[in-house]
Amino acid sequence: MKQRTPSLHRRLLPVVGLLALSAITASAKPPTSEVNTTGLAVTDDTVTVGQLHSATGTMAISETGSIQAEQLAIDQINAAGGVLGRQIKVIKEDGASDWPTFAEKAKKLLVSDKVGTVFGCWTSASRKAVLPVFEKENGMLYYPTFYEGLEQSKNVIYTGQEATQQIIAGLDWIVKEKKAKTFYLIGSDYIWPRTSAKIARKHIENVIKGTVVGEEYYALGHTQFGSLINKIKLKKPDVIYAIVVGGSNVSFYKQLKAAGITSAKQTLLTISVTEDEVLGIGGENLVGFYSAMKYFQSLDNENNKTFVKAFKDKYGANSVIGDVTQAGYLGPWLWKAAVEKANSFDIDKIAAASPGLELTTAPEGYVKVHPNHHLWSKLRIGQWGTDGQAKVLYESELIEPDPFPKGYQ
Amino acid sequence: MIFFRTLFKTKGEAISFAVFVALIAIILPLALPIFRLNLVGKYLSYGFVAIGLVLLWGRCGILSLGQGVFFGLGGYCMAMFLKLEASDPVSTSIQTTPGIPDFMDWNQITQLPWFWEPFKSFTFASCAVFLLPGLIAFIIGWAMFRRRVGGVYFAIITQAIALILSLGIDGNQGFTGGRNGITDLKTLLGWDIRTTGAQYTLYFLCVFLLLASALLAKYIINTRFGRVLMAMRDREDRVRFSGYDVAMCRTFVFALAAMLSGLGGALFVLQVGFMSPSLVGIIPSIEMVIFTAVGGRLSVIGAILGCLIVNFGKTAFSEAYPDAWLYLMGGTFIAVVMFFPDGLAGIIEKSGTIKTKLVTLGAGLMKKLKPAESAEKASAAVAEIPKTAEP
Amino acid sequence: MESYSWEDLQNIFLMQGFAGISLFSVLLLMGLGLAVIFGQMGVINMAHGEFMALGAYTVYLCSTLTAEYAPSFGPYYFVVAIFIAFIICALVGAAVEWLMIRRLYHRPLDTLLATWGLSLIMQQTFRSTFGAREVTPTLPEWLMGSYSPKEGLDIPINGMFVLGLAIAVSLALLLFMYKSSFGLRLRATVQNRKMSGAVGINTNSVDRLAFALGCGIAGIAGAAFTTIGSTGPDSGSRYIVDAFLVVVFGGAASLMGSLASAFGIAQAQSILEFFLEGTKGKVATLLVIVVALMIRPQGLFPSKVRAH
Repeated sequence: MKQRTPSLHRRLLPVVGLLALSAITASAKPPTSEVNTTGLAVTDDTVTVGQLHSATGTMAISETGSIQAEQLAIDQINAAGGVLGRQIKVIKEDGASDWPTFAEKAKKLLVSDKVGTVFGCWTSASRKAVLPVFEKENGMLYYPTFYEGLEQSKNVIYTGQEATQQIIAGLDWIVKEKKAKTFYLIGSDYIWPRTSAKIARKHIENVIKGTVVGEEYYALGHTQFGSLINKIKLKKPDVIYAIVVGGSNVSFYKQLKAAGITSAKQTLLTISVTEDEVLGIGGENLVGFYSAMKYFQSLDNENNKTFVKAFKDKYGANSVIGDVTQAGYLGPWLWKAAVEKANSFDIDKIAAASPGLELTTAPEGYVKVHPNHHLWSKLRIGQWGTDGQAKVLYESELIEPDPFPKGYQ
Repeated sequence: MIFFRTLFKTKGEAISFAVFVALIAIILPLALPIFRLNLVGKYLSYGFVAIGLVLLWGRCGILSLGQGVFFGLGGYCMAMFLKLEASDPVSTSIQTTPGIPDFMDWNQITQLPWFWEPFKSFTFASCAVFLLPGLIAFIIGWAMFRRRVGGVYFAIITQAIALILSLGIDGNQGFTGGRNGITDLKTLLGWDIRTTGAQYTLYFLCVFLLLASALLAKYIINTRFGRVLMAMRDREDRVRFSGYDVAMCRTFVFALAAMLSGLGGALFVLQVGFMSPSLVGIIPSIEMVIFTAVGGRLSVIGAILGCLIVNFGKTAFSEAYPDAWLYLMGGTFIAVVMFFPDGLAGIIEKSGTIKTKLVTLGAGLMKKLKPAESAEKASAAVAEIPKTAEP
Repeated sequence: MESYSWEDLQNIFLMQGFAGISLFSVLLLMGLGLAVIFGQMGVINMAHGEFMALGAYTVYLCSTLTAEYAPSFGPYYFVVAIFIAFIICALVGAAVEWLMIRRLYHRPLDTLLATWGLSLIMQQTFRSTFGAREVTPTLPEWLMGSYSPKEGLDIPINGMFVLGLAIAVSLALLLFMYKSSFGLRLRATVQNRKMSGAVGINTNSVDRLAFALGCGIAGIAGAAFTTIGSTGPDSGSRYIVDAFLVVVFGGAASLMGSLASAFGIAQAQSILEFFLEGTKGKVATLLVIVVALMIRPQGLFPSKVRAH
């Protein structure tokens, strides 16, 4: 894996600083006919964007954070003068956890509402459902979730990590720290866990020279893990590598704890638990286990402190911020940066302007858009405590996104 | 003319059918932009399931909570064909194994599975669209109706089948596309199905097939066979003792409903451009029953309108008040079941009956006032009643 | 399975046996309430899962209130919370019966549709009240963790707790149905409503009590499941198919049948899951049940009573 640090050392500007800066530049407003040549919903004073998440249905649990973070970013941008002097208006659509509905609403946003961009989707299935729509109607989607890779589109900016960014550095760390040799892979049964497990297996077998002693998938919503836990006990892996999502997560960790598999006896690394999930699982059921993510709420830097404070001011002191929530927050800022760099709202120009964009104000520190429309980002390992917050133990260098990894297919 | 009589027992029925045809074939295409019309087309593809449910549930009294299975099978047959066409070696050259669907490549499958092979043929795929659901329904139906499984048990077993199929599709993503489904379908025999022109064509194809299916269903309902079905619903033992093969009749209707659902699934795929297991499982299956119940489980046109109204309501309402939508949907549904078991069609018919009753009453009053003159009118009004108040 | 010691295999065998029994107790708790409502009364209550979720949310609420107002009560609140869950669910159940179900007894298939509408409303109510995210009550320490008589053998305490609760509820229900005068009246009403009315049984109040009882048991089940699973607005819908299959497979009108079928399904599923991987175990179990039901539609313990 190629790794790279940013060529220039950059002073991390706090968000507020940037806001002030864009407020000044906003006064020079280019005429609409110049910045909007393709008939998008841009007027002299406003630009309309879409937000497409599940507010209802099974996925609402996960998508709430992204909805909130995107709204927060949009509010902050508007408070600082908007984008090219235009206030952002949001049309919210509910995908209702149903993939045909996602496709339908995406089409509505692009065809009827002519939105400048869309922030949205969460599951791979919803993204796969809307992708043909975005490509055909030439829209732009900012997608916040860490996902399986194997995809690259001119019409999507992926603000979460693709699988190799999230998996490889984490496995290397656990091998170095725990001298792990045997792994048990457990996932929910859909494409992201399966592809992630495939990449993990290749890395374990070919690079680490360890063994995978078990690999299993359970339907989303599965709640009985007794038999699985017994199999784990029989195989005694050094590391349980968990990619279980949604409601199953809660059952899985509660039952692990009840079966005596705690961090005192067993190392567990997961790539599917963020602060959001911990809220449901309960910190006491996870304590001592590790998550590999690019962002944790407890990250200690100035950007993040400002972001966490703004988020809590808006959504209450008890709200938590997970990896995807933070990635959702990046979307509007990256779009704003792209529009200003292109000096246009046209989709093609934004797509062309995006590669190379840098965001020094990101709560996760620093990100940069790669020509493949994914982000350069770091990987962190956090260890969960009873309070539902993670202690960050490790931080990688910036990792290049590689959605079609050679040797891992 | 006799054929026409079998289709439409009364003038009112023929008129309401004509109004319905005008609505979906003329008014909606003229009034709506193509994006909305495409949505109507999608809702109308659920209408095929609803027609099947009118026959099966309304007329036979058999509630299947597994119609999504057949809708899904039909849809998957069509989607498999389209996916193979979209996966030619040139456009999939980025894959490790070009020429197979992308999701197979992601799951390290290097050769097209045997059961995908026949779906390279359009003839095979388009026959499988309704023959496969029909065959499976026949087997399930025959096994169950012969043992006189009915009512609640049938509903719950079909529900379990819906769960099995959706779990099965989820769990074998290398072969089925898993939870993501089969996406990114582009052309049908080289014809781009995503263009505006194609969407109009597909909409009218959908309308044509739907109307044909509706007429078929009306024909069945109004023949002797249709009356036997109703008799079985209301007094099963008497029909059996009269020498009818109850199990065979029910199996036939179940298979027919499944074939219609399969056809609907295929048209859904053509118009929406993808297929996913979220259209196969328990919730879509129950939702289709709801569309039918809201529209009217006894009326073919009512059930199709139910699909349109509930889905339009869902789209419009969930755009404005996403939170209130489930309350409204749940509440409407409870109200329909409790107070209007025959759905909207029933309400309209009832209001028709009330109107004729008022006319009769009015005529009666007139008669008292002007006995000689209005007697004829009154009797004419009374004579109208049985025609307009067709059950 | 070459390199495992005899000790290991013995432990796994024991723990796997317990996993099966633990799943059995879960399925039994799910099924018992439905066995009363569906098995005895013939009401297809699609909102059964939502009543379980209601019970679970009650426990969550109790947990939050305890933590706020009486932290010292923390280790014991859970037992009280189960009772409260029972009572709340029973009350809501009685209200639902009065408003809705009593008008639908002569249309069993329509109860399915109406209660499905109810389940939508209940789900949205949970979502508006408790938020879309999953919640988890703070469980007393004594419930979590495992009983470990020797190295490598861990029996989950929450599993034992659920098992104990399942047994207690089943016994109480059996006693109630077969030894109490209410049980007698209920069984009479189920067998012949008109005759029961004629001999002076108030069938309306019997119906209401029975429905409330079934919902109350669902509430207990939901409360117990907070120890092993999650609570979210949609958690109810995850249980509904399993619950119905338990009752149908057992032979709807028989409580003993539900016991036997819960046991059979649990053992089949836990063994199949051990040897097959993940989802395949579940699919295989469901297939076995469906095929068995097609061959023997009356279930394991068919009702001897003539259908009316």
